[in-house]
Amino acid sequence: MARIDLKNLAHSYISNPATEADYALCKTNHIWEDGRAYALLGPSGCGKTTLLNIISGLLQPSEGEVLFDGKDVTSLLPQERNIAQVFQFPVIYDTMSVYDNLAFPLRNRKLPEKDIRERVMEVAEMLEMQDDLKKRAANLGADAKQKISLGRGLVRSDVAAILFDEPLTVIDPHLKLLLRRKLKQIHARFKLTMVYVTHDQLEALTFADQVVVMNEGQVLQIGTPQDLFENPQHTFVGNFIGSPGMNFLPCRVKDNTACIGELRIPIGNGTEKPGNNYELGIRPEFLKLHAEPLRETHKVTIKEVENLGNCQVVTVLFEEQTLKVKVPEGQEIPDENGFLEFPQQWIRIYADGRLIEPTVLENPGQERTQ
Amino acid sequence: MKKWDDNKAWFMVIPVFLVVAVSAILPLMTVVNYSIQDIFGPDNRIFVGIEWYREVLTDSRLHDALNRQLLFSSLVLLIEIPLGILIALMMPKKGWGASLSLVLVALPLLIPWNVIGTIWIIFTRPDIGLFGAAINGLGIAFDHTGAPLDAWITVMLMEVWHWTPLVALLAYAGLQAIPEAYFQAARIDGASTWATFRYIQLPKMRGVLTIAVLLRFMDSFLIYAEPFVLTGGGPGNSTTFLSIYLVKLAVGQFDLGPAAAFSIIYFLIVLLFCWLFYQVLLKVGTGDKS
Repeated sequence: MARIDLKNLAHSYISNPATEADYALCKTNHIWEDGRAYALLGPSGCGKTTLLNIISGLLQPSEGEVLFDGKDVTSLLPQERNIAQVFQFPVIYDTMSVYDNLAFPLRNRKLPEKDIRERVMEVAEMLEMQDDLKKRAANLGADAKQKISLGRGLVRSDVAAILFDEPLTVIDPHLKLLLRRKLKQIHARFKLTMVYVTHDQLEALTFADQVVVMNEGQVLQIGTPQDLFENPQHTFVGNFIGSPGMNFLPCRVKDNTACIGELRIPIGNGTEKPGNNYELGIRPEFLKLHAEPLRETHKVTIKEVENLGNCQVVTVLFEEQTLKVKVPEGQEIPDENGFLEFPQQWIRIYADGRLIEPTVLENPGQERTQ
Repeated sequence: MKKWDDNKAWFMVIPVFLVVAVSAILPLMTVVNYSIQDIFGPDNRIFVGIEWYREVLTDSRLHDALNRQLLFSSLVLLIEIPLGILIALMMPKKGWGASLSLVLVALPLLIPWNVIGTIWIIFTRPDIGLFGAAINGLGIAFDHTGAPLDAWITVMLMEVWHWTPLVALLAYAGLQAIPEAYFQAARIDGASTWATFRYIQLPKMRGVLTIAVLLRFMDSFLIYAEPFVLTGGGPGNSTTFLSIYLVKLAVGQFDLGPAAAFSIIYFLIVLLFCWLFYQVLLKVGTGDKS
């Protein structure tokens, strides 16, 4: 178990990187607390696997340091770092039984056979694989193989962190849920630091205490799932988290006020800079669609209604821009025109993609209305 | 398998069947024809049954050739397979070094059989050959035309030099197909180089090695050009392998009946060994005991 510090960490696959675009991982400084579960979330090619491989030692970073519990491990080999890694495709030793697979890392470390047996039994019990120990690992299903990969990490009592590289990609959907729950149980029991790479937001949000959202080599936000949902620090985060993603509307800013048509949103003093591109962001969940005009509603044209079973997603046209609105199942949707309410406390303003702080709002995020 | 009788898909097999019939089965039938008759001319033939088979099977020179052949093929497999794997392991995995090593390793495969024989005859000649003269210069007598062991060594060197590259290329292809994650996992598990080879690389190469063993067995079992070019099967009968003996029988002595019977037996032996190898290699290491 260990705290992981990333100090000025950056990596480029090119030998002489010049611009930011040459970096697979841009300069990053983070502290990952001992015993917590982190998810690295981002689209393919965003640098999350690069970051993971740097932590595990499979890759040497071109700049910066990695510290485990304050100790610099940057130049250490993977086998010297006390980490375990579970890969996208299950890695098992084909010719060995499940027992031998689980015992392999310990045998390589020359532990006495008696201790190995104890550890393997314990891990097998936790993974619910006691009955499979004598079977050939090669003949098992993908989910069992992935459990073995995980088990090879768990048998080592000295393991500092377990890293997961999209471990559920090849698992059947109904088994995914079981395996994910197993992971949570193991995390709760061993209090291991876990780092989980995925491009599936649902996996990230359900697995992790803290989600690290990455794009194009940059860490855009680290926060709890609720944070990411309510206060995306970046338009990319707003878009990437949530289904459908956050609505973003280009807006003008004048006299510390963002305007779109009739809509006026005050923004903090001093945040206004010429040349910034401003966008107003609001989640589809927080918009309210009414059939009749009320105070502070704006007329919109209904374009499309999608029924998702437990809710409806309505696409509307507001000031010639499209917005998605999530409407509870059963609510009447007017045919042509509706009236949209923009609850002030859920509106975020972004300048060049970044959230403007502080917002003028007193206490956002306290009363969450659906 | 119930639909065997009225399954129209069988018609789709006809073209392939015709090709195989013309290219393999018909010529084979000619040989069968010769092997059960004594043929003196187009209108003068006598059915002899299994007479030729009996004659061939009790021929002690054939037994010697068969033993020689089995020893030779076993040695070929024992040398070429481990050596090929070793070369494949040492070849660079990517970059210009990979391309260069592929070309270099493949070079012997591009040379025709009899040219290889000629090259090695000259190379190992005690008077003018670099290898032969050097060995003799060291005080070790080496003469492939006189000493049976030296003839064997020369044929073996030719064979190994010519065909180990094929094993190496196959093994290399097998190694390249192993996903990087296996090596990463092995490093994290603290596996030694030997353990990585034993538990990851070797099992993953099983498919290509099966093919390598089959190809090398068949080819070496049918070896003809090298000993023929070198000494024509000598000195004495020391490098008279099965196909050399077969050609002596058929072309040298014009005993077509026994030669045909011999061919059939020869074919069956190769088939039997290939089947055995295939069965064993498919199952080894999979835990399938049946």
